[in-house]
Amino acid sequence: MALIRITSPHVHKPVNTAGIMRLVILATLPGLLAMTFFFGWGTLINIIWASLLAVTFEAICIKARNRPLYFYLKDYSAILTAVLIALALPPFVPWWLTAVAVFVAIVVAKQLYGGIGQNPFNPAMVAYALVLISFPLEMTRWTAPFMLQGDGWNILGFVDTLQLIFGGWSEHADAFTSATPLDVMRHRGGLTTEEAWRASDVLANVGAWHAVSAAYFMGGILLLYKKIFSWHTPAAVLISLGAMSTLFYVISPDTYADPFFHLTVGGTILGAFFIATDPVSSATSNKGKIWFGIGIGVLIFTIRTWGNYPDAVAFSILLMNLAAPFIDQYTQPRTYGHKAPNSGLKGKA
Amino acid sequence: MSPILIAILVLLSLAVVFGLILGYAAVQFKVEGNPIVDQIDELLPQTQCGQCGHPGCRPYAEAIANGEAINKCPPGGQSTIDALADLLDVEAVPLDAEHGEESVKTVAYIREDECIGCTKCIQACPVDAILGAAKQMHTVIVSECTGCDLCVEPCPVDCIDMLPIETTLNNWKWTPPIPGVQLIATDSGRRLDKVLSEEETAS
Amino acid sequence: MSKIFAFHGGIHPPENKKQSTRSPIRPAPVPAQLTIPIQQHIGAPAKPCVKTGDYVQKGQLIAKAQGRISVSIHASSSGTVTDISPKAVPHPSGLNAPCISIQTDGKDEWIDHQGLDDYRSVPKQTLIEYIRDHGIAGMGGAGFPTDVKLHLGDDHIVNTLIINAAECEPYITADDMLIRERAEQIVGGIEIINYLLKPTHILIGIEDNKAHAIRVLEDALRHTELNIDIIVVPTKYPSGGEKQLIRLLTGVEVPSGHIPADVGIVCQNIGTAAAINQAVNYGTPLISRIVTVTGGAVSKPQNLEVLIGTPINTLLETARINHDQLSRLVMGGPMMGYTIENDSIPIIKTSNCIIAATAEEMPPAPPAQACIRCGLCEQACPAELLPQQLYWFAKSKEFEKAKHHNLFDCIECGACSYVCPSNIPLVQYYRFAKNEIRAEEAEQRKADQARLRFEARQARLEQDKVDKETRRKERAAQAAAAQAIKKTTLETAQTNPEDQIKQLKTAAAVTRTKLKKALSALEKAKAESSDDIAQLDLQYKQAEHAAEEAQTALEAAEKGALVSAATSNAPDIKQLKTQAAVARTKLKKAQQALKMAEEKGHDGVETLRATVAELETKAANAQQAFADAEASNSSSGAASQSSAMLQEAADKALQTLQKAEAALATAIENNSPAADKMQAGVEKLKSKYTEALSALQDNAKTQQPSIQQATGQQAIERKPIDLKALKQNVSIMRTKLKKAEKLLEATDENSAEASELQQEITRLTQLHQEAKAQLDAEEAIRIKAAAAQGIDLKQLKIDAALARAAATKLQRSIKKEQESEQNNLDALQAELITAQQQADKLTHTLSQFE
Repeated sequence: MALIRITSPHVHKPVNTAGIMRLVILATLPGLLAMTFFFGWGTLINIIWASLLAVTFEAICIKARNRPLYFYLKDYSAILTAVLIALALPPFVPWWLTAVAVFVAIVVAKQLYGGIGQNPFNPAMVAYALVLISFPLEMTRWTAPFMLQGDGWNILGFVDTLQLIFGGWSEHADAFTSATPLDVMRHRGGLTTEEAWRASDVLANVGAWHAVSAAYFMGGILLLYKKIFSWHTPAAVLISLGAMSTLFYVISPDTYADPFFHLTVGGTILGAFFIATDPVSSATSNKGKIWFGIGIGVLIFTIRTWGNYPDAVAFSILLMNLAAPFIDQYTQPRTYGHKAPNSGLKGKA
Repeated sequence: MSPILIAILVLLSLAVVFGLILGYAAVQFKVEGNPIVDQIDELLPQTQCGQCGHPGCRPYAEAIANGEAINKCPPGGQSTIDALADLLDVEAVPLDAEHGEESVKTVAYIREDECIGCTKCIQACPVDAILGAAKQMHTVIVSECTGCDLCVEPCPVDCIDMLPIETTLNNWKWTPPIPGVQLIATDSGRRLDKVLSEEETAS
Repeated sequence: MSKIFAFHGGIHPPENKKQSTRSPIRPAPVPAQLTIPIQQHIGAPAKPCVKTGDYVQKGQLIAKAQGRISVSIHASSSGTVTDISPKAVPHPSGLNAPCISIQTDGKDEWIDHQGLDDYRSVPKQTLIEYIRDHGIAGMGGAGFPTDVKLHLGDDHIVNTLIINAAECEPYITADDMLIRERAEQIVGGIEIINYLLKPTHILIGIEDNKAHAIRVLEDALRHTELNIDIIVVPTKYPSGGEKQLIRLLTGVEVPSGHIPADVGIVCQNIGTAAAINQAVNYGTPLISRIVTVTGGAVSKPQNLEVLIGTPINTLLETARINHDQLSRLVMGGPMMGYTIENDSIPIIKTSNCIIAATAEEMPPAPPAQACIRCGLCEQACPAELLPQQLYWFAKSKEFEKAKHHNLFDCIECGACSYVCPSNIPLVQYYRFAKNEIRAEEAEQRKADQARLRFEARQARLEQDKVDKETRRKERAAQAAAAQAIKKTTLETAQTNPEDQIKQLKTAAAVTRTKLKKALSALEKAKAESSDDIAQLDLQYKQAEHAAEEAQTALEAAEKGALVSAATSNAPDIKQLKTQAAVARTKLKKAQQALKMAEEKGHDGVETLRATVAELETKAANAQQAFADAEASNSSSGAASQSSAMLQEAADKALQTLQKAEAALATAIENNSPAADKMQAGVEKLKSKYTEALSALQDNAKTQQPSIQQATGQQAIERKPIDLKALKQNVSIMRTKLKKAEKLLEATDENSAEASELQQEITRLTQLHQEAKAQLDAEEAIRIKAAAAQGIDLKQLKIDAALARAAATKLQRSIKKEQESEQNNLDALQAELITAQQQADKLTHTLSQFE
């Protein structure tokens, strides 16, 4: 009888990292469906393309770093990063832009820092920020929802989309591009919000974006229910962004967009539920997560309203990623039996 | 007045002002801490074994404070070196094998029926951990023995053994868990075959 | 029903409790061999009070509690103690610890025992002692001595007693079954604890997955007067943790580093309560407990009442173990229990469960992946720690930081490891870190102690050196002072009589002159019949008085000088001699002067005579002082020496006497009036001479017996052959011989004593040789006869050990040489061979004697 000597606990919850990653990927499905429904096959093609690239890059890196390949690839983290990048990028970005983004995310932002669990910044957001700065033209060529295109639901065919993405930009494609509502709102010239709403057909059809946000929200709720992450970060992001925009909207409705607009267009919901909750690069404790979320919400509003970039989710998250270790030091939970929580690295223990 | 002169004057006055501030600060906020020798001495294992080439731990602490290498203490081992490196803000270097190797902790044991009562070991013991008198059998106070083995050499009948401290239920320790697959720089020394065998277990 | 407070975190592992509650508690068979560890509790091990071969009865005390935190151990069944030695005990280390083994006789015979009739009539202290003597320790897991907790009422205000029936670990149902079947015992126990602690309210915390037990307990509580609340808490691991249960039931948190009693709460396990009841009311010591035997590898999972010390395999057999399926044997629950590799390990007071798990049930942990900081551990942690931070710190051995992050508030419940998606062995890291920190602290303490001892030693050595130096200096100073004193005494001895007395003499002369002057002045005045007669008379009287005083002082000084010379010790003998000689010379001179004066018929004969008489006494005095000093000196010295001195003194006295007699003869011839006096002096001298002679004889007498005695002793001791005594004899002879030789050297060759001494020396040499020969013979006999003991044997032993050591040292150096170069190898080897031969020879000789 060969008995083994193992320390307790002897039972383990049937969860693993790969399972969590798979579940998160699954939770993006409603959003993906909505995106495909309103913006065509582009996002789906990008997801597949990005995933292929991500796995390849990851495999090369792991091999180069002399690590067990299968052990790491099976954790699905690279695919999740790829999916998030693809969802964040405009649907019809050229293939090389996706490739650059995935390269930056996997190789630079993740593996160079030491692989899974070691990256201080969310890889998808690092990639997104980089391509946004480097290729502003491609990045602002968002597709108009199909309902806006001429005769109603004129979906660009799958093959056409492939051609558009891999074959290069054509005049034909211009018909499908348009600015995002945030773009319109940001660059509306001297118009008041009221006037902008009336003048722009993009804003008039903002419903497509609302629908996509709603789909992401559903996915987020699923993850909350599954306790993949706690409610603290998304709630803090949404509430702080809502409060901030409400405040300014009340002060001057003409100058500032309404809170609902802020919460439901752009990457707010995707960011709040799928990116800000990335555990590796966010704060640890519940209290810390709340501060982390508040920071993101405030920064989103600030950059959107006064900054030069149309959307601010990526920058906000990256900035708060930077602050996460600091937040961690000062938001340690109060341990059982202690009067006050510790803070900082050293102190009165 | 020429601009050069003005510049010199300005710089001079600045130098004087800041010099005064610094001087004041040095007096006012003088750090009243342990002298560094005490702090180093705190970290050394106090076996007083002299393997470092100094007659005791404190002299070595003084030598370290004067710039001697921190890796000459085999009884303290790597953990002491690390702690010293941390204190002195220098790089932690591996133990200097010239001064001995880190080994298991031991205590001296006198085979009492062979002891002839020469008191030589008593004189050698740096911490007075050996009891006995001339022509009387000697014995080691185990709880006070630092395991420096300085008593072994003087014994004319070789009746002192250095026995490793026995593990009992009271001093038994949990072994560190086998780390899983590591990814950070600190595991750079790991060998490929180990990684591969882990891969096998993983798959 | 009271309010339930929540604690942070917690997990819901699969319970697996149903399997073992289907059948009632059954007694486990009495095994053939009981192995009872002497430490089954926290604190000091009990001290065995039986020995191998003793027959013990069931319930008999076999190891007594020692120290404050300790409990007694009792025999679980009747039988014979076969062994008290280290055996494998239930401990995560798998190490051995001292155990008392009992071969059972199958009779299971109880020792006489009975409980207390009414524990309320017994003083609390006695009752608590009673509980301690009955071996009650916490049965929940840690095994903390119960009596210590029951003492808490003395120095703490205990307002809440919590009875822990939560039993939150999966698989374990021992407490559940205990409640179902023996609720009245529990209630009895609670009543006793209540009597001891007098809490204001009593709460029983029980998880809501034990519906049956709750009902039974409620029924049982109807029969007690105590107001006991059953508080049903939601099933969540680790609600049975003491601190968590306290939080659940009262909302109070036990401050970090404190015990529950500090916040007025005492927690007792429900099994402990039942054990207290059995001990106090029936006198049954804690010799058995209920153990859940369960797991996928046993086909009849159940609860057994097991005697302490029963090997686990007995239980597994009872529960029908399937050895093929067994992959892991866990003692305790799956969350905090530890694996055991050996199924002969005994059940102890804290063993509540044995899980024989199959590989499917408890698969080996997959390799740990990287931490993705998912925070699940933090959500699960019941102590509200940051497990992942602690993990980083523990892994990188940043123990300081780990401590700062409250590592020591971790209760090691394992919830973090349970939930970790990356399979990181978190709690294992914490245990390791805690261990390391404790070990480091212990080492630090030891290092501090070593430093103190080292410094104390250094200080002592330093002090010794200083002391030695001061002593040396003191000695030097003393010697110098002695020298100085000697000098001064010499001076006082020599100069005082010459200087001081001279001075005094001058003073006396001056006063006398003054007196004369005064007298002449007075006479003049009288002759002239002056008015000042009265005054002059007064002056004269004063002068007279002064002269008298001066004379007394002079005499006193002279006497004092003599006395001081006489009382000063040995080193002054020389001086005294000189003095005596001086006195004698003076006397001689005076005698000569007297003779001359008499011959010439001078006027001053009278005065001279007086002087001679005076000098005679002086000389006699000096001689006396000298003799005294000599006597005192010689008494401490060797007898022969003193006899020589006495001889000398006698000779000198004789000489003086002869001279004095000659002087007397001349004086008589001359018809001197001083002849009478001289006659007296001669008489005196004669008597002195006789005295000296007699002293010499006395001395010789005392010396002779001592020598005889020594020889006599020798003779007596020859019979009981005692080597030691012989040796002593030889050394005594040797010393005597040496002394005599020294003396011979000191004395003049021509003197009579020299020859005498020579004789003595010859005699002593002879004696010495005799003694030595005797000793040698005895030793030879000893060695030949191979007597078992002897001083020489020890020497032989030492020699042998030294030879052996030399051999090993040589071997070592040869090894070293081999490692380095071949230089001295041959020479060393040759040396080694000789050394070994020597060692062998000695060992051989030694072995012959032993």
